[in-house]
Amino acid sequence: MKRLINLQPSRLSAMMLALLPFVLVFFAYVATSNARLEANPNDKLLPAMTSFGEAMERMALTPSKRSGELLFWRDSASSLRRLATGVGVSAVLGLVIGVTLGALPLLAAGLSPFVASLSLIPPMAILPILFIVFGLGELSKVVLIVFGIAPVIARDIQGRVREIPRQLIVKAQTLGANTWVVILRVVLPLALPRLIDAVRLTLGSAWLFLIAAEAIAATDGLGYRIFLVRRYLAMDVILPYVLWITLLAYAMDRGLRLLGRRLFPWQAVSA
Amino acid sequence: MLDTLVNRRHRGFTLLLLCALATLLVSGSASAAEAKKKFKVAWTIYAGWMPWDYGENSGIVKKWADKYGIEIEVVQLNDYVESINQYTAGGFDGCVMTNMDALTIPAAGGVDSTALIVGDFSNGNDGVILKKADKLEAIKGQSVNLVELSVSHYLLARGLESAGLAEKDVTVVNTSDADIVSAAATDDVTAIVTWNPQLGEILKTPGTHKVFDSSQIPGEIIDLMVVNTATLAANPDFGKALVGAWYEILAVMQKDDDAGKAARSAMAKASGTDLAGYDSQLKTTRMFWTPADAVAFTQSADLPKTMAHVAKFSFAHGLLGEGAGSAEFIGMGFPGGVVSGDKGNLKLRFDDTYMKMAADQKL
Repeated sequence: MKRLINLQPSRLSAMMLALLPFVLVFFAYVATSNARLEANPNDKLLPAMTSFGEAMERMALTPSKRSGELLFWRDSASSLRRLATGVGVSAVLGLVIGVTLGALPLLAAGLSPFVASLSLIPPMAILPILFIVFGLGELSKVVLIVFGIAPVIARDIQGRVREIPRQLIVKAQTLGANTWVVILRVVLPLALPRLIDAVRLTLGSAWLFLIAAEAIAATDGLGYRIFLVRRYLAMDVILPYVLWITLLAYAMDRGLRLLGRRLFPWQAVSA
Repeated sequence: MLDTLVNRRHRGFTLLLLCALATLLVSGSASAAEAKKKFKVAWTIYAGWMPWDYGENSGIVKKWADKYGIEIEVVQLNDYVESINQYTAGGFDGCVMTNMDALTIPAAGGVDSTALIVGDFSNGNDGVILKKADKLEAIKGQSVNLVELSVSHYLLARGLESAGLAEKDVTVVNTSDADIVSAAATDDVTAIVTWNPQLGEILKTPGTHKVFDSSQIPGEIIDLMVVNTATLAANPDFGKALVGAWYEILAVMQKDDDAGKAARSAMAKASGTDLAGYDSQLKTTRMFWTPADAVAFTQSADLPKTMAHVAKFSFAHGLLGEGAGSAEFIGMGFPGGVVSGDKGNLKLRFDDTYMKMAADQKL
């Protein structure tokens, strides 16, 4: 039936359609940038593509005059280390809290409303408290990420555990499983794939908190650099950094999805 | 490349894309400066810039704009750097900023800018604070929290110079000005450079010492009203109205009568403090209360020297852009035809023309 909802793009045209918005944005950028540069050759707002190349060569390939380091790679390494620590700790915390609260109603009665409230506090609003408790160093940056995403992951896992059909739990018990074994053999295998999803979904927030933390007090990092050079409108550095962050985030998302498929073939991880 | 990828069915899309491009090309071209009637200036909260808030609310700005048959919109922005970036991108015809930021953001960005009003200089409003020592020399080896590449950074560099130290003797930690007070409350922060009102707030904590401040480098951190040079040239009335309004506001607020107190109270309230607090901030701000005062400062031979210092600092920190081969890369103009730096790249002008008109009461 020839209706719009039945029309499927071929592989090639699907690829074309996917590329189209990118191409469109690219050309729109180049056109506007050219127009601005024509009016003012020193315009910093929308630099030409060649300026990006020069800026990145300077940031990624030329040792910095002051410290002799390759700033781009140092920024990337610092940010990724913070992000990985923050997300890793959050995932473990979220899993442990989520599974225990989901599986043990007695604990849930006591702690669930607390975790729910915690997950609703905007972390940026309590920054001064975080500073005073955790200082201004690496720890506070990781804590900001953990505070921002761990409660969300925990609540998601808890919800997933609650969804496990009661029959499964009863069945396991008739086969002689105690609480520990039920958690280990029934609850955990069903919760773990969801953990991958939860981490994927909270990665965006994690980046947000990372950049915010680096903007507030830091000596390196992707967010630090962006906020530093923003001081003199160096869009030739900022835009490649933004692109790089997007690429990293995309790669992490894909990577996690692949990991989920590999590790938990029994559960189709959502696309 | 596109044609080979696009199959017949998607030719429509290609057309659409081309149309969109054409539209963008037409709409994207930047407009050159021309005579116009509506102007927008941006300001942010700072002791020396609060008069703009009062001028807008009391109708003084409108009165002067009406006199010259134009409209001036005075817009408050929350973020200082963002306001300068907006000005540089062409979103505003004028914006308040310091002499250093005028050089490193609009001028380095190729936007020819004119310091229309030299409003004040920081005379203690910016300072270096140490927690465990009361001498600047003790800063050696410490981590210093400050807004990197700002006037705080410049102040630190000047302070270190005076103590026989260099920037490599300390570790600079970029810290947002919005969070610097809470940052200062933590134990691992021992050295801070910031400006008022944050400076005063941090100094309230016992055990903190102000070891260096801007009164030791008088006249080097200058607060300006900067306008687009081309816009000003095409619309002298814009300059006249702004300058006229500015000195009328100052005339009202400097008096100690009821009207003056009311004006200062309004400014105090808008900047989150009270009359006493605002008055104490004004004490560390050397305002040029009369146009003659400002003209004398702008014409003095010290100003080019100060700006040379600022240009040197900016160049050393890469703030003049990649194209800059030396600190003289950007030309700066001063009254009487004095030019420093590259004459072919004159992007920052200190112009006393309009302030002089105010001094001669010709506005």
